[in-house]
Order: sequence, then C-alpha cells, then structure tokens
Amino acid sequence: MRGSHDLGGLDGLGSISPEPESSEPVFHADWEKRIFALMLAVGFLGQWNLDESRHARERQSSDDYLCHSYYENWWVGLKTLLLEKGLVSEEEFDSGQMQSDASSLGLSALQVDDVAQLLLKGGSVEMETEKQPCFKVNDQVRIRQEVTAGHTRIPSYVRGRVGIIERHHGAHVFADRNALGRREAEHLYSIRFSSREIWADKTREDATFGVRVDLWEPHLHPV
Amino acid sequence: MTSDDHHSHDHTEPPDSLTLKVKALESLLIEKGLVSEKTLDALIETYEHKVGPRNGAQVVAKAWTDPEFKAWLLKDANGAIASLGFTGRQGEHMRVVENSDKVHNLVVCTLCSCYPWPVLGLPPVWYKSAPYRARAVRDPRGVLAEFGTQLDGDIQIEVWDSTAEMRYLVLPQRPKGTEGWSEEKLAEVVTRNSMIGVEKVHIPSDDPSVDGEVS
Repeated sequence: MRGSHDLGGLDGLGSISPEPESSEPVFHADWEKRIFALMLAVGFLGQWNLDESRHARERQSSDDYLCHSYYENWWVGLKTLLLEKGLVSEEEFDSGQMQSDASSLGLSALQVDDVAQLLLKGGSVEMETEKQPCFKVNDQVRIRQEVTAGHTRIPSYVRGRVGIIERHHGAHVFADRNALGRREAEHLYSIRFSSREIWADKTREDATFGVRVDLWEPHLHPV
Repeated sequence: MTSDDHHSHDHTEPPDSLTLKVKALESLLIEKGLVSEKTLDALIETYEHKVGPRNGAQVVAKAWTDPEFKAWLLKDANGAIASLGFTGRQGEHMRVVENSDKVHNLVVCTLCSCYPWPVLGLPPVWYKSAPYRARAVRDPRGVLAEFGTQLDGDIQIEVWDSTAEMRYLVLPQRPKGTEGWSEEKLAEVVTRNSMIGVEKVHIPSDDPSVDGEVS
C-alpha cells in the first residue's frame, strides 16, 4: 500500500505558493512551537526512535495527512506515540489529570542545561557491520517492487525502476526495521535514476533530469 | 492565557481547540515530570533564533573564497562544516552538492521533511508542503519556475530526495560582480532558498557596487 506520506510524483496537489523567504517566520503560531519542542523533549526520553515517530505520523488516513498542516501531523504522531508507549493514558489525555508520574515509569525529564550539548551532538546512524556490501559504484540495481507492511523509506515512484549506484555511504541503521524498534545495520547507497526511467514516456528528452535517492541493501535487487 | 482567550469569543465560534489541547498536554507532561518548561523554551529558542540559514550562508561564503575549504566541504561535508562550529541533530551525515554552469541541484524530501538543520535550521512551510514534495521529483523545472528561477535548457537538473539520514546542502554559484567581496559580505547575499536549490544567488539590485546583470 502506498502510504499517505509518499507524495513523490503525485498530481493535482496545486501550486507551491511559497512565502517570501525574507518575511517567513520559523513558526506560524505559538502552538506549533510547543508541539515542536514537546516532540523533541519527549523524544529525548528514548522511548522511541526517529523512524517510529515518522511511522506514527504516516499511519493516518491520506485525507487526514493531507488536510492537516505540518505540525498538526506532528500532534497526531506525538499523541499516538505517548499512548502506544504508555507514557500517557487515554484517561489522562481526556481528563488532563495525572494518574502516574515519570518516576513510576523510570524516566526523568531532559534538563535545560543538557539541551545545547545534546543538540550539538546529534545521533549518528552510522554502524559497524561484518557484512560486506553486495553492490559497488556503477552497479545497476532495480528497486524492490514488492510492498511490505509497515514503515519503509522506499518512495513508491522508484519501485521497480533501475538506477545506478553512485556512492556507498557505509552501513547505516536500517530505517524500515528501526521503525519496529530493531536497530540493525544495512549498507546504504546513493542511487541515481534518469527521469525517463522513472516517468517513462511522460518526460520529453530535452527535459530529462536526474533523481537521487538513498536506499539500503534490502531495497535493492541486482540487475 | 490572556483574558481574550476566555471572554472575547462569540460562542458561535469554537475555541482554537488545538491550541487548547496542546496547552493541556504540555501541562500534563510537565506535571508528570516527563518534560520541563525551561527545556521546551530552550528548544524553541535554539531553532527560532540560533540555528538557521545564516549558518549555511557562512559555509557557502567560505567555500566561495577558500578553495581548500571548498575541496574539503565537497569531500567531507561534516568535517568542514564542523570546523565552523555547526554540528548536530539532523545534520549527522551531510553532503554538499555543487551547482555549476552545467548542473543545478535541488533538494527535497518526498516522504517527510528531512532537511540539514545545523546549517539551515527548520524547513520552511513550502518545503514541507505536499505540492513541493510531489512535484520536485516530477517537474523540477516547473517547481523552479514557481520560485522565479529560469535555467538555460542545457543545464542538467539533479534532484536529491532525502530518503535516508543523509542531509543535502546545495553549494550555489557565486554571482558575478562579487569579485573582491569579503566572506562576511558574501554571506549576506546567500539565501536559504539558494541552498535548497530553488533559487540562484543574486546580488540585491539596490547594491551600489553592482553594475549590470548577474548570472
């Protein structure tokens, strides 16, 4: 199934209508700031990873996902994660009244003095692995066609298409399994496609362009 | 909460329910000890005022004036960018792609909103919007036209879809007419949009030192 978030190549979504860069604020409302900060601060409790949080947003219906503003989708994701991970109960959500506190969950809040250091450090997803890469630069690969349940970082517009490996990034945490809470290494590659390969006859020859995606070895078949 | 929120609404108009829900959740999470208010404020302050595209503009201006730095940046973006003090979340694995007379690069995340935070801050609304995410990989010339960017027909467009944790920054072309400019002055003309790839860098037309068109 094509997820509601998988938008590459979709028609009929209208114009982009960008705000002028010089006058666009970082946030457009106070609640956006608070959701942003809540998502990060609760995320630092370590109860879920980035791919789980992406998946929580993606599991909405297409109608909801596309009708919501960006931070409304964050709200949906945050609520889903807090409930699923048991950090907040349905009753607490509905009533706003606390039933159990962080210490009973064995957790403690991120402290303000640690914020700067944590943000500057980030979280590398590069991993050591014993596995040898199956592909090398200039190899042709076909992107996996079969669709599996759950989160994936294969955009549907490259499924079944043939591209050329342009770079091996090393082994990174494999997002599709990370979304299930399994931190496993797979080799990651930058793969280049011609627009004519992706969009078939829909692109004129004089308007071809290249598209790069970064995908992991389980997404790829040799050609 | 101001008194406005309580009293000025005509009751036929519902309150802004999401605003209230977010406030209620924040209060609950603070009470539970899962977040602290000061931490939330610090996170907002960081991305509203400290980490933003001026960082990336410094990187670009240095690359324009220092060939050794540029070579380092294109080979090892994280190392070169960290030397200017910019590291961290959503920029753990960065790569810089260079525009030239032959190639124009454009960055998108069709699946969500992946973006190199340490050098560009948080992404603008349009970058996260469905139309941009849908069209950047299908009709990049049309997308560029919406930003007022026309490219010669023989320029190759390369689109980078951020589908993993690699984060891409475009190194735009240095505009003509900026010979002899200091790094600081160059950084002032580098726009966020040029580092995403939807625009070129232009010298503001009211700059007295400019004569004639820039590329």
